[in-house]
Amino acid sequence: MQVFPFIVVAWILGVGLYGIVTSRHLVHQIICLIIVQSSTYVLLLGVGYVTGAVAPYFFDIPEHTPAVDPVVQALALTDVVVEAAVTALLLAFAVQAHKRFGTLDPQELVQLKG
Amino acid sequence: MKPRQRAWVFLVAMGGLAAFYLWGLTGLPGFGNYPGPYGDIINRIAVGQTNATGVVSAVNFEYRGFDTVGEEFILFVAAAGVATVLRHLRGEREHAARDEAVGRDVPPTSEAVRMTALILTGPTVVMGWYLASHAQTSPSGGFQGGVVLATAFVLVYLSGRYLAFERISPVDITDAVEAVGAGSFAAIGLSAVGLGLAYLTNFLPLGTVPGAVSSSGTIALISFFVGVEVGAAFILIVSELLEQTLLIRQGSQ
Repeated sequence: MQVFPFIVVAWILGVGLYGIVTSRHLVHQIICLIIVQSSTYVLLLGVGYVTGAVAPYFFDIPEHTPAVDPVVQALALTDVVVEAAVTALLLAFAVQAHKRFGTLDPQELVQLKG
Repeated sequence: MKPRQRAWVFLVAMGGLAAFYLWGLTGLPGFGNYPGPYGDIINRIAVGQTNATGVVSAVNFEYRGFDTVGEEFILFVAAAGVATVLRHLRGEREHAARDEAVGRDVPPTSEAVRMTALILTGPTVVMGWYLASHAQTSPSGGFQGGVVLATAFVLVYLSGRYLAFERISPVDITDAVEAVGAGSFAAIGLSAVGLGLAYLTNFLPLGTVPGAVSSSGTIALISFFVGVEVGAAFILIVSELLEQTLLIRQGSQ
């Protein structure tokens, strides 16, 4: 069983989570969240991959050529859109947090709340 | 929580996550051995059913069209959310329109950046429309096209100043365009209901040649409106964030 792509998934997920937990800057933390989410793209595409198959686009290749799973690719697209939306909102919150508390360090933000 | 405690909690949680992940992996087919059946079935029937050669788009705008309505409105709501979070708070006033970082001046834009951005703007607009209108044939679609289209507006910001960006994308008009894009998607679905079909049924003629730009009925149309919505949403988000550079930050140094 070929597991390399799934090891990559675990690595990206782990690195991203480590970044979130140890982050000292909100923008850095948001980027770490993006990295965590990137692992899901690799996972989705890895699950749907068929060895030796083509992309599911039959514009210039004959129909019924073996192709990889288009459903997980569509899901990955949804994933990207949601990530963009979440990132935009979080960045807006970071701007407001900086205005309000004068710091972007998540650990200091917790202390300010008391 | 102290950093040390945090590290321990993290390590324990990661251990649990790793265990679950490994457990899940044992149930997965190996990489490259996709077991089906959904992807294989759709790959087999999609071109014949929809005349769209881009099966991913066919999935997004036809088979899973109802999901995509929700997905599009996630973006719509996010743009509204950004506008709400970044609204003018009491005590905030606008500066003269110039870029500003706290405590330091921004160096003027170099001619090289300005020129590159200027040259790229036109082709980027064309690329965006091309992507948004070819979902049915090739790897593209409204989501990708819309983002590229919004990039063109950001290039205008890079090549000129904030004012030019604001002039070509006034918030009121961008808002309206975004609403039209999102509303049209929902309206296309409702038109099918009006004709006595299920929501989002592909009721337009599919064309005769698979892979022609005019083929695939509502897939092409929906993708186009998604492009409009996504482009406008991203322009709104970018302009809301840029506008923040013009606000006096009250209560912080």
